[in-house]
This record gives sequence, structure tokens and C-alpha cells, in this order.
Amino acid sequence: MSADENSGTGGDDGIDVIVVGAGPAGIACAYRLVRAGRSVVLLERGSTAGSKNVSGGRLYSYALELVEAGLTRQAPWERAVVREQLMFLDADRSMTLSLAGTPVPDGGLPASVTVLRAEFDEWFAGRAEAAGVLLATGIRVDSLLEENGRIVGIWAGGEQMRAGTVVAADGVNSFLAREAGLVGEQSASTVGLGVKETIALDAVTIENRFSVAPGEGAATLMVGCTHGGRGGGFLYTNRDSISLGLVASPEQIPASGLGIHTMLQNLKAHPGIRPLIEGGRTVEYSAHLVREDGWRGVPKRLAREGFLVIGEAAGFVLNLGYTVRGMDLALLSGLAAADAILAGGDLEPAYRAALDRCGLSATMKAGAGYADLLHVQRLYGAYPGLALDVAESLFTVGSRPPRRLPHQVRAAMRGNQVRLRSLLRDGVVAMRSL
Amino acid sequence: MSDPAGWLPVRDLLGIDVFDVDEEAHIAIDPAICATCTTKPCLLVCPAQLYALGPDGEMTFDHAGCLECGTCRVVCAAGGIVRWRYPRGTYGVAYRRG
Repeated sequence: MSADENSGTGGDDGIDVIVVGAGPAGIACAYRLVRAGRSVVLLERGSTAGSKNVSGGRLYSYALELVEAGLTRQAPWERAVVREQLMFLDADRSMTLSLAGTPVPDGGLPASVTVLRAEFDEWFAGRAEAAGVLLATGIRVDSLLEENGRIVGIWAGGEQMRAGTVVAADGVNSFLAREAGLVGEQSASTVGLGVKETIALDAVTIENRFSVAPGEGAATLMVGCTHGGRGGGFLYTNRDSISLGLVASPEQIPASGLGIHTMLQNLKAHPGIRPLIEGGRTVEYSAHLVREDGWRGVPKRLAREGFLVIGEAAGFVLNLGYTVRGMDLALLSGLAAADAILAGGDLEPAYRAALDRCGLSATMKAGAGYADLLHVQRLYGAYPGLALDVAESLFTVGSRPPRRLPHQVRAAMRGNQVRLRSLLRDGVVAMRSL
Repeated sequence: MSDPAGWLPVRDLLGIDVFDVDEEAHIAIDPAICATCTTKPCLLVCPAQLYALGPDGEMTFDHAGCLECGTCRVVCAAGGIVRWRYPRGTYGVAYRRG
């Protein structure tokens, strides 16, 4: 190994790279580095890897396969997602669009799987550990160690640890990226607050309720359950539990006069949701902030001398309304950062180039327009109500002759206080975004 | 409880979660600053409802039960949260599912 500034042994401690945070980004980065012969320490504040980590959660398998071919088969996932659902809700009605797509051929790999992070991340970190990563749990990194404008290590519990490069994979609240001056303060308008209950339910009941075979599951996103504020709900089926939650804009939650907890409880009690979780037992309540600013939220600089930021800390999260991606982007960014470190030159250009190569930059940019669409306020109250009114009028039969559809649509628009002008304007935003 | 998956108060939900509470509070507020805050969004956004108004209207906060999401820090407008860091290593919430 060369004594190069970035790839060489960093300091007295003989550590090439310190990765802070054992989530998908940090573990993927550490794993690739150690397999390339670097000495890597992975620091995690939880007592086990995964014990502080929360997601919806669905993982797209392509990214795991990029870490190492065949990894998906070995991973402890819950169910293969074979059913994609969109659900429109208002106070007591619901309409579900359910797609049972092309079946996965025998022996094929599911495109996405549901995961529970405590188990998944612990397994993934275990893989990295077996490959030679020194995993140290129960350690909170307090700050960066800086010398002559270069990051040369970290401080934890009053002790310093030196390394050639420090990788911040410390999640959405990344204190390290902020300390390094790469990201500013988060604003309430660019994040969503996610809350979730994990509800234990036996496997057969889940399969019956969601029309899936053993081992298969459904992913459902909902709109119209955040009391008019920006956000939506989600429901993922696990092996023998259901992950039910919602993400709502903390900027807009107060306007509803309801707490986020009440919103989730109301969702559980909704006539469209309640039968799905009936008889279940809540086994965990969790919360997590979600970045919602897409590509705009990715900092202009992702690296400094001796320092890189990856995963959610770097804003690599994509909310497209109909699907939410985080873990796959985290994995990609972790791999890209490892490649940049291994390249041995200036970190920033090497990291950017690696992000371009793996398609992560393009993916984030492609989703950039969705931020505008998702800021159309009518999406969260008026439009679900409009869709439900129109659908309900279609199926309503009585003694009077049915009115023509355009008439019914106009009546539904009036009922939901949607004017044609605003509908057209939002349509333009949607066209531009999609 | 006849319907455990039904409406659950926060207290019950937090009772299900596993915590190892650090005696050292990782979040600290200054109620005098909170008193100047007109909106107090923390009261509604904290998923664990750890922010509450006392009998005299003063802001109170209890760090036990914190889910460590960071939302209060982001919404805090008046700056009443004077310290926000993660609990020391191993302390705080321990998710078993996640």
C-alpha cells in the first residue's frame, strides 16, 4: 500500500479508515474497504448494530447484490414484495390500487424485500466483521479530530482515535457532517417525521389479508391520512408482523392540532386499515426523521481532506410519493465512498465520479422534480377526497337515472373545493415532475 | 386490553419499547426561552410526547422515553432546546425490530 494521504495508514493507531455509524451505508463502506485490504474500524453508538436504526422498510435487492453478488439470498429479510399498493384515504373511506406484477421466476431474485433493521443491520455488520472490520458498538463519537484543516480522527468518550480517513455514516441528524461544515442546519420544511408501529400478526393471517403466498408480501403507500398536511402512510408486511406508520411534515403537523402520535392511532382505527391489523399486537413503537429535499438536499461538498459523508447523512434519500428509497441509496453511497478512498487521490472528485458511475447522482437528479409535486398541498386532502367521491359516485346505484361522469366529477370538485384552474396548475406541476 | 392493536396511548407504546435511560440527559431545554416561544411545535411533533406544559404554563421535558428522532431539534424555533446530542453509547432506546 502506498503512503498516500488518503489511502495510507492514517496515524499512530494504525487505522486506515474510521466509519461512524453501522447502518447500510457505513457497513457497506467498511465491508468494501476491508475486502480491499484496508484496516477499518466501524463505530456504532447502539449496543448492537441496528439497535438505533429505523426504516419503513423495504430494501431493493439490486443494491445488496452490488455489495456482493448473492448477498440477498443470505440476508435475513422478511418477505419478498410481490404486491404494490397505493391507497387513497379520507376520514372513513379508502380506495386501493393493487398491482400484482410479473411473478418472480423460480430461483429468481425478488426486486425488493421487507426488512426489520435491528436484525438486518446486525447480520450485515456481522458479515463485515467476519471479513475483518473491527466493529466497536456502544461508542458514541462526540466530535472530529482536526489538525491543520484536515480531519485526522475522532473523539469518543474523552479519547481520540486517529485514522487516514473518517467516514460519517451517522444518519439523518449527522452531527459530524455539520461539524465538518459540509451540511447546514436542517429545516422543518425539508424533513418528514416518520413514526411506526410494528404489529405482530401470524404469517397465515398476513398472507390471507394481503393475498400473498408464504414468503411473499405487500408494500402499501397511503395518501390522505395526515389530516391535510404533507405526508402519507405506509404499510409493509413482514414474516409475522406488519410495519404500519406514517411520515408527516413537522412543519405542518401543528396546523392539524393533532400530535403525530394521534395521527398514527387514527390511521390504525381507520375502517380501511383496522381490518388489516385486527387481532395483532403492537411490539414496537419507533420514530425516525426522513430527508425530503432529494437532490437539493445533497450538500455541494461531500468531502474534505480526510473526511467523507455518506448515506442519509449526505441526503441520499428519495421520496417519490409512490415509493420511498433510502437503504439502497445508502448502500450505493457507501460503496462509492469506499471506491473514492481506495482511489487514493482527492476525495471529493473521486467520490463524485464514483457516485456518477453507480448511477446514484442520476437517480437523485431524476427524482428532483418530485419535490415540487409533493409540495402540492391538495395532494394530501382535497385530491384523495375528490378521487373517493368520483369513485363512489360511479358505484352508486339508485332509482334515479345516473348522471353523466363529467357532471359527477364537477360535483366532486365543488365538494372538495377544487377549482378547475388549480387542478390544471397542479397538473402542469405533475407533468413537469413525472 | 381487548384490542391491543387498537388506539394505544403513548405511555403504553413507550412501555413496549426497551430503554436504558442515561442519568445524564442528552437533551436540555431552557424553560425561560420556551416561555418566549409562541408556537411550541415540540408539543405536537414529539412522537413520545416528552414536551409538556406544567401547571404554570412552563415547558417541561423528560428525556426518558426519547426515540432519538431529532424532530424537536429541527422544529425548535425559539432556541429553547439548548442541548441536543445522542445519549452516551449503549444508552437510550434499543430497537429490537427497527
